[in-house]
Amino acid sequence: MNDYRNDFPQLARTVYGKPLVYLDNAATSLRPLSVISCWDRISSESTANLHRAVHRVAVEATDAYEAARDAVKDFIGAPAREEIIFTSGATHSLNLAAWSLGEAFIKEGDEIIVSEAEHHSNIVPWQMLCSRKGAKLRVLPVSDSGSLRLDLLPGLLSERTRIVSVCHASNVLGLVNPVQEIAAMVHAAGALLVVDGAQGIVHQNVDVQALGCDFYAFSGHKMYGAPGTGVLWGRRELLEHMPPMFGGGEMIGTVRWSGTTYAPLPQKFEAGTQNISGTPCFVPAIGQTRKMQQDEEIKEFIYTELQRIPGLRLFGTADDLGQKLPVFSFAVEGAHHEDLALIMDKMGVALRSGQMCAEPLMDRFGVTGMLRASFAPYNTMQEAEYFLSSLRKAITMLK
Amino acid sequence: MTLKEKQQEIIDDFSLYEEWLDKYEYLIELGKSLEGFPEGKKTDDRLIKGCQSRVWLDCEKSGDKLIFTADSDAIITKGIISLLISVYSGRSPKEILDDDFSFLDTLGLKENLSPTRANGLVSMIATIRAKAAENE
Repeated sequence: MNDYRNDFPQLARTVYGKPLVYLDNAATSLRPLSVISCWDRISSESTANLHRAVHRVAVEATDAYEAARDAVKDFIGAPAREEIIFTSGATHSLNLAAWSLGEAFIKEGDEIIVSEAEHHSNIVPWQMLCSRKGAKLRVLPVSDSGSLRLDLLPGLLSERTRIVSVCHASNVLGLVNPVQEIAAMVHAAGALLVVDGAQGIVHQNVDVQALGCDFYAFSGHKMYGAPGTGVLWGRRELLEHMPPMFGGGEMIGTVRWSGTTYAPLPQKFEAGTQNISGTPCFVPAIGQTRKMQQDEEIKEFIYTELQRIPGLRLFGTADDLGQKLPVFSFAVEGAHHEDLALIMDKMGVALRSGQMCAEPLMDRFGVTGMLRASFAPYNTMQEAEYFLSSLRKAITMLK
Repeated sequence: MTLKEKQQEIIDDFSLYEEWLDKYEYLIELGKSLEGFPEGKKTDDRLIKGCQSRVWLDCEKSGDKLIFTADSDAIITKGIISLLISVYSGRSPKEILDDDFSFLDTLGLKENLSPTRANGLVSMIATIRAKAAENE
């Protein structure tokens, strides 16, 4: 039992009569009471449209929404609140970055680089941009251990490179990429660096200025916040130059038949009614993230014990476990990931199985899918032990 | 044995197992004993691709009956395939189309195995029905 468990009501439930052991945190984390009550409070007391009206409830709703912007700014060390763009999630954030950067800076023959370890959300928007503009997408490979082949990056960077987009940490491999080092290389080549922080934001103390990237994207729902919320942080001088992706209410300066001018940052990128109940939940979600600390002992235990299971291949290994998130993807010889996930589900263990939205990475390692156990600070050593014994039992059933 | 009788037989067999893990043991055994599917038939046009497991389904006509053979890389899915084949293979297109496939609900397989688009069970049923419709 740890101090955080009482904060998360869902941890008390059972599935098929067994206690739920929730190890699918990298897909979505559970919600703490503080977030649930924030959502409920706004939904039941302070619902009104944002930024538009002068009445009392509209002011309360707008204040709660804008307080989240300040909280996020402080949380990621952004220089200015106007640089925090609220979105519906990391996928929206990355699509927005790809579309708007593309309109502003990309022309035929330009090159964009992504890594082999990316989630589909950080591949497909760039492919769409490349096909729209006649640009070329190049791929930075990963090594057999799963780390980025940074030695190959200088060879990929050229005077045609405009954008490099990599994850802070892969949702499959859980390895933390050296963003600072990558930023230095990318900037020396005159290109921009976009970082998919969907996993990184949960476990790392993110300081976007120290990281040195130009954009950082993440979701609320993976960091104990509300689903349907997200952030794109970008450097002001770049955001100023980028055209908005959506047109609509509240993103305008003046609208005339002769033409429209846009609102200043951040409203330029926040067209239409925003997530009134969800976005303010960044405040308690950030509070919860700050309060909790991952038990390193559990991480080391799982990392070691998994590799002791005969026929198990762990993807994403590191000499320094400080550079690995508690995200463990693996395949077991002779036991299909779907079978293992189905059997372990009936034992109460919630895992992710399949391609994990990273099909190119599955191809890279020559597998059709993997099984993933991803831990949060509220998971206990007892759950870790139960997970391992369930896994051993499931493997025995299948062999 | 009619199609309905065969379904009832499976429902009766399945009800012997109260625990889900025992049901899975049973499906695993069925999967392991499913007749071999030639490697040469594992072609893309026979593939029902999902995020989780891959299923290959082949349909041949024998007189007025349809003969289904299938395979999967996942063993529980293969066990379910074995159930489907034992019910629907060797039946006429009309017999197949007249059935509503609700015996899978009775077994609890549909709700427990197909919550995601990734699971091939729903696609597998759709393919069997489509093959029957083509040959009616």
